[in-house]
Amino acid sequence: MLRVHSFESLGTYDGPGIRLVAFLQGCNFKCLYCANADTIELKGGNKTSVEEIVGMAENQRPFFGKKGGLTFSGGEPLVQAKQLLPVVKALKEKGFHICIDTNGSILNDDVKEVLQYTDIVLLDIKHINKEQHQLLTGKGNEKTFAFVEYLSEIQKPIWLRYVLVPGYSDATEHLHQLGEHFKAFENIEKIEIQPYHELGAHKYEHLGWEYKLKGVKANTDEQLNAAHDILSNYFKEVVIN
Amino acid sequence: MSKINEAFVKGSWNEQVNVRDFVQKNITPFDGDSSFLSGATERTKKLWDICLEAIKEERANNGVRSIDTEAVSSIVSHEAGYIQKDLELIVGLQTDELLKRAMKPYGGIAVVEKACEEQGLEVSDRVKDIFRNYAKTHNDGVFDVYTDEIRKYRSLGFLTGLPDNYARGRIIGDYRRLALYGIDTLVAAKKADMQGLVGPMSDDKIRLREEVAEQIKALLQIKELGNKYGLDLSRPAESAQEAVQWVYMAYLSAVKEQDGAAMSLGNVSSFIDIYMEYDLANGNITEELAQEFIDQFVMKLRVVRHLRMNAYNEIFAGDPTWVTEAIGGKLMDGRHKITKTSYRFLQTLYNLGPSPEPNMTVLWSQTLPEGFKKFCAQVSIDTSSIQYENDDLMTSTRDSDDYGIACCVSFQEIGKQIQFFGARTNLAKTLLLAINGGRCEMSGKVIVEGIPELKSDKLDFDEVMANYKLAMKDVARVYNESMNIIHYMHDKYYYEKAQMAFVDTNPAINLAYGMAGLSIVADSLSAIKHADVTVVRNDEGLSSQFLINGEFPCYGNDDDRVDNLAVEISNHFNQLLCGLDTYKKADPTMSILTITSNVVYGLKTGATPDGREQGVPFAPGANPMHGRDKNGAIASLNSVAKLDYKNALDGISNTFSIIPKSLGADAEIRNENLVTMMDAYFSKEAHHLNVNVLNRELLEDAMENPNEYPQLTIRVSGYAVNFVRLTREQQLEVISRSFHSNM
Repeated sequence: MLRVHSFESLGTYDGPGIRLVAFLQGCNFKCLYCANADTIELKGGNKTSVEEIVGMAENQRPFFGKKGGLTFSGGEPLVQAKQLLPVVKALKEKGFHICIDTNGSILNDDVKEVLQYTDIVLLDIKHINKEQHQLLTGKGNEKTFAFVEYLSEIQKPIWLRYVLVPGYSDATEHLHQLGEHFKAFENIEKIEIQPYHELGAHKYEHLGWEYKLKGVKANTDEQLNAAHDILSNYFKEVVIN
Repeated sequence: MSKINEAFVKGSWNEQVNVRDFVQKNITPFDGDSSFLSGATERTKKLWDICLEAIKEERANNGVRSIDTEAVSSIVSHEAGYIQKDLELIVGLQTDELLKRAMKPYGGIAVVEKACEEQGLEVSDRVKDIFRNYAKTHNDGVFDVYTDEIRKYRSLGFLTGLPDNYARGRIIGDYRRLALYGIDTLVAAKKADMQGLVGPMSDDKIRLREEVAEQIKALLQIKELGNKYGLDLSRPAESAQEAVQWVYMAYLSAVKEQDGAAMSLGNVSSFIDIYMEYDLANGNITEELAQEFIDQFVMKLRVVRHLRMNAYNEIFAGDPTWVTEAIGGKLMDGRHKITKTSYRFLQTLYNLGPSPEPNMTVLWSQTLPEGFKKFCAQVSIDTSSIQYENDDLMTSTRDSDDYGIACCVSFQEIGKQIQFFGARTNLAKTLLLAINGGRCEMSGKVIVEGIPELKSDKLDFDEVMANYKLAMKDVARVYNESMNIIHYMHDKYYYEKAQMAFVDTNPAINLAYGMAGLSIVADSLSAIKHADVTVVRNDEGLSSQFLINGEFPCYGNDDDRVDNLAVEISNHFNQLLCGLDTYKKADPTMSILTITSNVVYGLKTGATPDGREQGVPFAPGANPMHGRDKNGAIASLNSVAKLDYKNALDGISNTFSIIPKSLGADAEIRNENLVTMMDAYFSKEAHHLNVNVLNRELLEDAMENPNEYPQLTIRVSGYAVNFVRLTREQQLEVISRSFHSNM
């Protein structure tokens, strides 16, 4: 059984087309800006069977059109790779398009098998700099880099995603370093800049946690455009979500 | 025969009145995109500016610019009226002055007097004398006959919005007939029908002969109306401009004679297009002029007004007229009905700005050309002024490809069929009868006899359901009785002779019942079934509150455990209604629709077992209750799509509001996603969808600064309204309603 935090049936930001997004419970990172802080706790979530998810997908199939499908997000969906595997297997048998939205920090045999049934990996790069990454997420970024190498080996399409946090991850030099690091990967189809917003902040209060980015303002259009311009030097396609 | 009619492909339309055949034989389906369209001309802009100024005055003057308190409105009651004559390509107003409202006291004199008084005016003594002392009205007739039981159901809010003191509307004349045939041919056809209506002289036969006689009189008056404007309506239209003008004159006659709640236009665009194509091909007009005809026609439709009481607005908010035009769809032979004039109608939303009227309704078929689907999605995203209905579902279920939409969402075959408007019954309040031993939860009055008291205050699903079915049976019976009385009297005292003159003699009839409160009923039954619900009773033993312990699935999450309850109840109530005899042997149909009366229904309904408190507005139409859909918009659409159209043939209304960002990151993706969504929703045999693409902040700003948003249009249950013309309460309700957002 998968432990699911919630579903969004009109997902329009997590992969191509209209998608059923399953936010799985539990994450091995604890990003300062996490908009879904209530999905971080490793325990909990609604136990959901393969049949239930396949049933929801079937009901929604016409809405997927030619491009859409399902996206497993979180939390970190690959924390539950063992439970996720039979789900993606069953969905693939029925011909659904599958995306995994991951931080790329877990790579074991289950994950490798899940990836066989995945069409696109939405890979969240939190920061290019190791120390900064540690500060933002509580973990290092070496595993994520290795994950990209693996995806390159198996030629799996990647959409990179990068949350642009003012004062934390929008420094010009870091954006250039990010581009330099990833520019050579043929399987990276695009990079999505995800504007920072405070809409998830109220969840921290509810959880009794401190919101450490208090006072950080949403990006200005200038900031977003500047990042877009820099990254355009390195990637085939850059979009602002 | 006229020159232009000689040029058209011949068929049975030449032998008999048959507009459908004419359209089939002569239509030019258009597969291109919107790039051919023209903007507004200077002339159109000037004319529309005059209208906007008048509309501003109207809003500043308590919503009414002026009233004629002397003349009783009829087809020929007023002299010709103009906005500014030298700028007008399409002429005709309801009275002799722009936005001047006319009295139509045949529905009821008291309502007319009240409406005038609320504006500080008084009905002339002559008119008062006639309608108080000599003429009998529809309203008089109904109340002479109403039973005590019906009065009780009506005053306590079990039946609401009944057309017993205003015109029933809903009937759509085939206004195209005037353009294709002219008055003389139509009179001759009606006279021929009359010849065939001979003995034995039963009630039915006598009544029908009288009706046809009235229709012939109306046709002759319409000819006279044309003369006032210098138009020779005795003959068919001979150009595109005349085709538009003739169609409008036929419609104008209807709205001069009647003040029906909803008076649809039909499906005139593909018909008019045939004349446009002819004139364009022969170099008689340019695209710019073709668009100008439509812009000016639509402008006229936007200034149609009826005289209403303030109380009317509580039920039908925003002073609507429901000039519903059905655009698109497909023909039985597989060709689609999208023409350049389909585009031209939608283009008016750019050329004149967004507007609730005419109520543009796109008949969506999977087979419509992609270019048109994309254009519709764009217009929806830009203006929120279009609604969509499932053409594939309606043509296959109702077996006709020549239909319009009556009022908000109801199928009506044009010229062959009419319908009797039935307002609606409150099924959520009816559920409370099951819990209160048949007594009204608010007044304590006994409404239904023979409903046992519940054995325990902890609600048992089977027990409540059994009582509910008993209650529904009686409510259906009383509802049916009221309908039969209302339509008998309406025919007798306020017969729609102008509209019926453009309908076949002895048409098929639907009796269009309606129900409200479906989502509350479904969630309440789900709560009783899946959680523990205990009723708290007041001193009189009436339910005042419900305590819920445990979780239960809510309608709107694509969860069969509750969605099936919604299906079961709507099917059951429809079947009860279908078992009852009707006036004129009308075929019963039922809608799941509320207009904006979901607010009023809420006020009149006590706390319900789903946890909704007393007075809280219902969700509109077949929508899930706001805030209860946890899995996002598609799951909500999937729940509504499960309702069975065959058991709700009058229509299932769903209003979808979304912020632009939720449709996708950029304009192209939003457009693509909206098209995919509609294709998908309708592929699941869903019936109707209102689409609003709006920001919450925009609506909040419009509440505070109404003068800056004179044309802001939003779609509510089956129609569109000017947001700034809603009451504050209605505005707040619209804003609080689920804005589907994935943040």
